[in-house]
Order: sequence, then C-alpha cells, then structure tokens
Amino acid sequence: MREFSYDVAIIGGGPAGLAAALAAREAGAERVLILERDRELGGILQQCIHNGFGLRRFEEELTGPGYAHRYIDLVKATDIDVWLDTTVLAAEPGGVITSVSPHAGLTVVRAKSVVYAMGCRERTRGAIRTPGSRPAGVFTAGAAQRMVNMEGYLPGREVVIVGSGDIGLIMARRMTFEGAKVKAVFEIMPHSNGLTRNIVQCLEDFGIPLYLGHSVTAIHGKDRVSGVTVSKVNDKLEVIEGTAFDVDCDCVLLSVGLIPENELGRAAGLGLDPITGGARVDQFRQTSIPGFFAAGNVLHVHDLVDWVSEEAAIAGRSAARHARGELVASGRQRSVTAGEGLRTVVPQCLSAFEPGKMSVRFYFRAAKPMGASLLQFWADGALAFERKLRVVKPSEMIVADIPVRKIGDAATLEFRVLPAPEKIDAEDEIEEEA
Amino acid sequence: MMARVVHAIQCIGCPIGCGGEVAVEDGVVAEMTGFTCNKGLAYAAEEVVAPKRMVTTTVRVSGGGLPLLPVVSATPVPKDRIFDCLRLLRGVTVVAPIAEGAIIVADALGLGVDFRAARDIASL
Ligand SMILES: Cc1cc2nc3c(=O)[nH]c(=O)nc-3n(C[C@H](O)[C@H](O)[C@H](O)COP(=O)(O)OP(=O)(O)OC[C@H]3O[C@@H](n4cnc5c(N)ncnc54)[C@H](O)[C@@H]3O)c2cc1C
Ligand code: SF4
Repeated sequence: MREFSYDVAIIGGGPAGLAAALAAREAGAERVLILERDRELGGILQQCIHNGFGLRRFEEELTGPGYAHRYIDLVKATDIDVWLDTTVLAAEPGGVITSVSPHAGLTVVRAKSVVYAMGCRERTRGAIRTPGSRPAGVFTAGAAQRMVNMEGYLPGREVVIVGSGDIGLIMARRMTFEGAKVKAVFEIMPHSNGLTRNIVQCLEDFGIPLYLGHSVTAIHGKDRVSGVTVSKVNDKLEVIEGTAFDVDCDCVLLSVGLIPENELGRAAGLGLDPITGGARVDQFRQTSIPGFFAAGNVLHVHDLVDWVSEEAAIAGRSAARHARGELVASGRQRSVTAGEGLRTVVPQCLSAFEPGKMSVRFYFRAAKPMGASLLQFWADGALAFERKLRVVKPSEMIVADIPVRKIGDAATLEFRVLPAPEKIDAEDEIEEEA
Repeated sequence: MMARVVHAIQCIGCPIGCGGEVAVEDGVVAEMTGFTCNKGLAYAAEEVVAPKRMVTTTVRVSGGGLPLLPVVSATPVPKDRIFDCLRLLRGVTVVAPIAEGAIIVADALGLGVDFRAARDIASL
C-alpha cells in the first residue's frame, strides 16, 4: 500500500472542496490534495444545467457547470493535487485517510488537516415511508436529473412529483422541456420548500399545478408505476378522510429533502448536530475532532452555491492555519443555540476569536414562514443585537454578521426570530455582502 | 373606451418575492403596485408585455467523453418561443472536443439569441 503526506487533504471535489482547496493554498498550505470519487471535479453542479448560480459570488447568472468551471480553472492554475476516481473509505483522527481507486488501488494519505466536503444525498422513499409495492419508475429527483442531463434518457412520460424541493421543481421544467407531461407537484406542508423563483419559472410558466397540504398516500403499479393516490392533510399533517383522489402516471420523482453525506464523519466519531445532520463546528468550521473541518452540504444543506463557496473558504483557510500550528488553541468553547422561530444555526459553537476579528457570520434556517421579522441575538439572557428581516422562509437561508463586541465573553448565546411589530421598509434591511 | 387589464405578477428578482399588480391599458403599462424596487418594476413591466426566460437544455455529442453537452441561451428568449428553440436544439449534434462558451447555434430562429456550450467536453 502506498503512502503520501499532505498539509491539507480535502474529501470531495464539488464547489465546497474546490473553494476549500484554493483557500488553503492561498493561506499558505504547501501541499494540498483533493480526493474525488467521480471522474471529474465539480460535484453535483455538473448535472445542474439550469442557470441561477453565482449571482452573489460572480454577480452573474451562471449554469451549474459554468460555476464549477470557474473554480476548476482556478484550481488547475495552482499546484493543488487532484485525485479523481478516488473514493475515501475512512478518515481517522490523526489525519489518516484511506482511499481506493481503480488505478492506484488502496492508498493511505497522512494529512495535518482534513476538510470534509462530501456534499449531501437525497432522502429516498424509505425516509418518507410512502406505502405501496416497489414498482419501477420511482426515482429521486436528483437521480432523474442525472439521467436526463448527463446520460440522455427520460425516466418517464407522465410524471408526478412528490415534494416541492428545488430539485423537484427544476426537474418539472426539465422533463417538460424533454416532452414529458408533468401532472402535478404534491407538497405535504402548507408552504413550499422551493425558492419562489423556481415556483414561478418551473411550474407556473407551464401551468403545472402545485398542491400544498397534500400527501401521496400510495404508489400503484405492479412492474411499472401506474399512478398515485393523494389526500389532503390537516394542520397536524394527518390525512383527511374522504379527500382521496387518484392520478395516473408512469413515473414518480421524489424531492423530499437532502441529508448530509456524513458516513465518514460518523465513523470517525464526530460530534453531530441532530437537526442539520452535519457536524457541530465552531466559527473556523472545525469539528469536534481537532484538525478535521467541514463545509458545504456535508455540514448543512445550502440552497445557494455561493454560500457554499464562502463557507468552504473559511474551512480551507482554517485547515491551512491548523496545519501550520497557527489556529488558536480552541480554548473554552461556547455553544450557540437556535431558539424561538429558528430550526438551525451554524456555527453551533464559538472558539476564542482571532485577534482583530470584527464580526462572525452565522447561517440560520427558520422553523416556519413569516412576514416582516426581527432576528435577535441574546447574550447571557439579555438582548444584545437585533436586525430586521423583511421576510422569512424556511427554504431560504438567513445570513447575519454579528459584531464581536456584541458577543463579548457571554457564556450562553442564543438566536431567535420574532414577528416584527411594524412593517419594515426596504432601507431598513441590511443585506450581508457575500 | 380603453381596455384595462390587471395582471397579478410574482417578482422573481430576489428572495423577498414581492407580489404585485400591473395594470395594462391598450397594451401599455398604466400602473404598477406592490413592487418595492426598480429591478422588480422593470421585471414586472416586461413580464406583462413581453415575458422572457433564459433557456437551458442539452444537445447530443459525438466522439466525446460524455453523450450530452449542456447549452444555455446567451440572453433571455421570448417565453412563447421557448419550445421552438428546444425543438431546434433537439436536432443538433456537435462533435467533441467542445470548449465552454463556444456558440452552438447562432441567432436561433432569427430571435437574435445565441446558444452557447455551458461546459468543456473532451474528445474520446
Ligand atoms: C439539484 C440541485 C439544484 C440546485 N440548484 C441551485 C441553484 O439553482 N442555485 C444555487 O446557487 N445552488 C443550487 N444548488 C445548491 C448547490 O449546488 C449545492 O449546494 C452545492 O453544489 C453543494 O456543494 P458541495 O461541494 O457541498 O457538494 P457536492 O456538489 O455534492 O460535492 C460533493 C463531492 O464529494 C464527492 N464525494 C462524496 N463522498 C466522497 C468520498 N467518500 N470520497 C471521495 N469523494 C466523495 C462527490 O462525488 C461530490 O463530487 C442545487 C443543488 C442541487 C442538488
Ligand atoms: S420587487 Fe425588488 S425587492 Fe421585491 S422581489 Fe422583486 S427584486 Fe426583490
């Protein structure tokens, strides 16, 4: 078995891995390696051929492959090593990474710092427990996206989409473009999980109905899907008797959420956040295992790739500093909690600040949609900072920079989102600069 | 008598997603309410008179490492011509290698819109 050593090794070559590698190299890591199991870099972006990427990062609307290309070119212009077709099997504390590839066999890499950038995978039917037999024709929306956009075949002609996640919405338009008939999108929640722009451009443009508060209760068909049964649900998400109806179709796409691809982290014994499904990290994106960092969808599911790149740059920079022994000893860690109105917060804890640091950026997911709201930061039980938000949607991440002087050395840190007492004007809202 | 038609428009310019109304009199925008910035006003005005969308799809590749090449319209396409463009692109096959940005179809259907390669594809 061959052995190699690197300052920073990055597992996954999607947008998170690419941005982490560049930042690590820029921050002075001499030897940087990306390990990617696919035959090319770019991750999930290579199958997302629609446009809408990079509005913040490049101030242009790029396609997924276009966005990936920008980063791949930047990486190619450096001496960062890239191993393709290389699957990481284990990454153990101490930085011992075991990988396998058809050309090099089993290989061991010893790295001073490791960045997890493995992305996420889709929830499947098992995860949402739709009853029925297992006929052919049921796919996750992302698997269908790969078939249509990269392999060139259509998974069905009459399509029903379960869940209103963005991938499902994008695929509704994509399948329509390829000549399929998309009959409806059914969402169990009373609100959509997708971006408004996708609802308008992918459903309304083509007259595809979106049923909110509807659950697919059965999938029919023996060898091949022949239809689904749908019912309305009440506010406890229980099926309302007598509301059932059938829809014929030969294909069902599931767009019911994403989960971080965290098997490697779990096996290494990382401390996890049960809500995000990713690691618990501090502001450097360092996990509970020293020298192990995480960024992108493996840490928490993002809706905009621009935030992925930004977060990964933090992880890459920190990994380089750790490799050089410069990352301030984490010292006393303080936890940060997502309180009222919020479901998640990242980072979940704070280590000692770097000297000269002015603010810390936090990312949140709201628990439910709200109109004009206040994002509040409570330090040791006292309101320390407040910001207005014109609108709050669980499908769109909230990003806020909190000044270090407001955080001080409070021991308990909590964020909340409350309805705003009055309407908020456009001028009042401060947008964070990406 | 002037014909006044009011259209409900959902802005897609940014995540706030303002909903508003655009009143059109004899084909001309007469009044807009509900949009809170200039970008939204411009979008809504165009949306009722001449809606446009960016179009992304794939074309076949011969002799390449991948069977399909993603392509994107260089500028937005009139909404009612989207399917005509798709039909045109369905008949196109390109030969690898292809560089990102290469023009795959110039001035599609005389609409003044080019379709470009969204990625590189190496030859086999
Ligand atoms: C269908 C879809 C549509 C989207 N639409 C938009 C949009 O319109 N606009 C926008 O801004 N964002 C969009 N996003 C979000 C954005 O694309 C993602 O947030 C981003 O790609 C996540 O980057 P990542 O690097 O964390 O993960 P990924 O892109 O998933 O990359 C992870 C990489 O890690 C590799 N890997 C995993 N495990 C291993 C292992 N054990 N060994 C080696 N390699 C491994 C994988 O092969 C993969 O290449 C979309 C996402 C999806 C899925
Ligand atoms: S009108 Fe302006 S603020 Fe409102 S959704 Fe459109 S772009 Fe955003």
